[in-house]
Amino acid sequence: MRSDVVIIGAGGAGLVSAIHAHESGAKVIVLTKEYPTRSQTCMAQGGINAALSNVGEDSVEAHIQNTLKSAHSIADESAVKFLCEEAIGAVEWLDSIGVPFSRTKDGKIAQRTLGGASAPRACYAQDYTGLKILHTLYDRCLSLGIEILDERYLLEFITNKSENKLSVCGVSVLNKRSGEVEIYESSSVIVATGGYSRIFHKHTTNSSSSTGDGIASALRAGARLSDMEFIQFHPTALKNSSILISESARGAGGYLLNSKLERFTNELAPRDEVARAIYDEMQKGEDVFLDIRHLGEKFIDEELPQERKLAKLYENIDPVSDLVPIKPVAHYTMGGIEVDSESMTNVMGLFAVGECANHKVHGANRLGGNSLLELIVFGKQAGNNAASYANNVKAYENLSLHVEAQSEILQNIRNATCRVSFYEKHKLIGDIFYKNVGIKRDKKELIFALDEVYKIKDELPLMGVDDKSKIYNSNLIEFLEFKNMLQLCEMVLICAIARDESRGAHFRVDAPNENDVMFKAHSIVDDNTRVSYEN
Amino acid sequence: MKINIQREKLTEYEFDLEDATLLEALNEIKTKQDPSLVYASGCRSSVCGSCAMRVNGKEILACAYKVQDGDLVEPLNNVPVIRDLVVNMNKAYKFNFKAKAWQSSPAKKISITQEEEKINEVQSDCILCGSCYSACPVYAVNSEFLGPFSLTRVWRYVSDKREENTKDKIDTIQTNGVWDCTLCNECTIVCPQDISSKADIEKLRAKSAMAGYMDPSFGSFGGSFDGSPTF
Repeated sequence: MRSDVVIIGAGGAGLVSAIHAHESGAKVIVLTKEYPTRSQTCMAQGGINAALSNVGEDSVEAHIQNTLKSAHSIADESAVKFLCEEAIGAVEWLDSIGVPFSRTKDGKIAQRTLGGASAPRACYAQDYTGLKILHTLYDRCLSLGIEILDERYLLEFITNKSENKLSVCGVSVLNKRSGEVEIYESSSVIVATGGYSRIFHKHTTNSSSSTGDGIASALRAGARLSDMEFIQFHPTALKNSSILISESARGAGGYLLNSKLERFTNELAPRDEVARAIYDEMQKGEDVFLDIRHLGEKFIDEELPQERKLAKLYENIDPVSDLVPIKPVAHYTMGGIEVDSESMTNVMGLFAVGECANHKVHGANRLGGNSLLELIVFGKQAGNNAASYANNVKAYENLSLHVEAQSEILQNIRNATCRVSFYEKHKLIGDIFYKNVGIKRDKKELIFALDEVYKIKDELPLMGVDDKSKIYNSNLIEFLEFKNMLQLCEMVLICAIARDESRGAHFRVDAPNENDVMFKAHSIVDDNTRVSYEN
Repeated sequence: MKINIQREKLTEYEFDLEDATLLEALNEIKTKQDPSLVYASGCRSSVCGSCAMRVNGKEILACAYKVQDGDLVEPLNNVPVIRDLVVNMNKAYKFNFKAKAWQSSPAKKISITQEEEKINEVQSDCILCGSCYSACPVYAVNSEFLGPFSLTRVWRYVSDKREENTKDKIDTIQTNGVWDCTLCNECTIVCPQDISSKADIEKLRAKSAMAGYMDPSFGSFGGSFDGSPTF
């Protein structure tokens, strides 16, 4: 099938790109491995930042400064400036297409304070901000007649090399329902597949689908990745299930307490600092709790209804009357596919947006409320640019040969005998990552983790799938996801080992200070697995 | 603990988990016993809508239901089963398109009060899990019924100040729409987000009546329930 723009992923970033590419006049197809309303975006709770000054005094400049501070000197200032300046228009656009934002008494969009922000800046819809934005975007796509094809799993980006220029010309996907390989030809491809926190197995707030497929495929297609070592731990996930309790709980005045019921940190510091403070308490043998009892039942039901429901279900406690047991877990991956100021990767025609992309606005630590913002601002940019790129490049290629090649690869996996369970290996690597590649890191432990990754890589030929069916073989999809995650584990580790300093979410106990002379720069890594640094 | 899962054949699985959600149980079975078991899941926090299925005949989210010994687990109703517990939602979702469940065009100059925002707050909590669709008995007689979640979504936009063309929305839901619902309330009982599509459909009926529409079944009787003529 042929179109101007193919978008991989139907979360917030993918749908915003689709809307803008469509409105720019391009023929757009969106491919998603699930359904468009089931993506990670629906789990975003806290809000979307914009300096509207609806509740307290705020300014675009303050938003820029807060973002840069949290990024620990390695964000691209012009990108941050663009993000924050566009924020107001982005929220106004969402409001105009029907996002049901919570309101102030005087009928403006309500705002609340998230960590690291100098003013109440996050616009929200109770604690369902991401869900309501995502569903409204989906409805908007329907109204425009944008074609969204469900349950297609990304296999590879297909590229073409001529005159030393690498350009994208399509994608291969596995139709989960039929088990057939399908090819979509296109001059522009937008990767919007989300982050890679699932490498932490159960130690993450993320959906089981956040497996970094787009990032791993882009790497194999020749794209460069950057800042892969920066992984944000959210301070407050439920202790047993790793399910997120929104930062808005602390923004509204929730306390963090240890077993002695003492407060031990500034709850509204940026996430990296709060996560480390909790980690230190836990190392001392303390349990850590979130206390929102004093906010009262009415407020909790009004502003944090989802939190109450989840705490009851997964911890058997009611936050109206009980302390909520929490721990920090992997939440957001700052690193991803490197893009330029036009959202394009180093592969011509291949664009990236959302958590899978690195627009260099988050640096070493992302501010709460900036990820939903990023989707809207850069989604618009990527959609517009992908449409105009496609308009100027009309190269047509017959890519049907790729069907056979990919089908053979999949058939070989189905034919292989499974001697080692990749599910067990995923759990193993997730536990190692939580312990060794988590909130505090040490070079020796990182090297140990990398050795474990290499060992598992060597064992890959012994792994396979027991389910031999063609129809809806989720065993096969999960194996492909595992292979992508393993590839990204290696990238994270070689970057984390090379960065001999501490900065934001990357904290090295053996090098606890920021080393601006050597490392005030973005790490870059490509398929050759060599790390370099660039500003 | 033992549970039965409706696959091609009803299959019994045994596992050792305490105080677990059904999703945790399914994950345990898939990763340790039988990788060929197929089901959908995502967020595990009741917000993505992927893991809707039926237990002992009632729609639940597997991530929000504590599994019990002897449970019978089946796929959703009224949708084609692809394999095991995975169903094809395409036709069901298509009703959002048919019902024009969106805001007609971007709005300008918006001022919405707190009270106005609350009008459809619950309706916009919908996660499109399809539980209501599965529980709806109307599909047994009318496979083209727009259905509970699509109609709730129409109400969500019709009741929003930003929608400028409510007439078109109301016109659209007259066929296979608000009057085909039997108001049995099954959708409301199973909704994990506490949304009552039945109540939304009643509100849409009231709006339809104000727009000059009437229950077509009344028309066919040539009068009202008590047999007296209508004017």
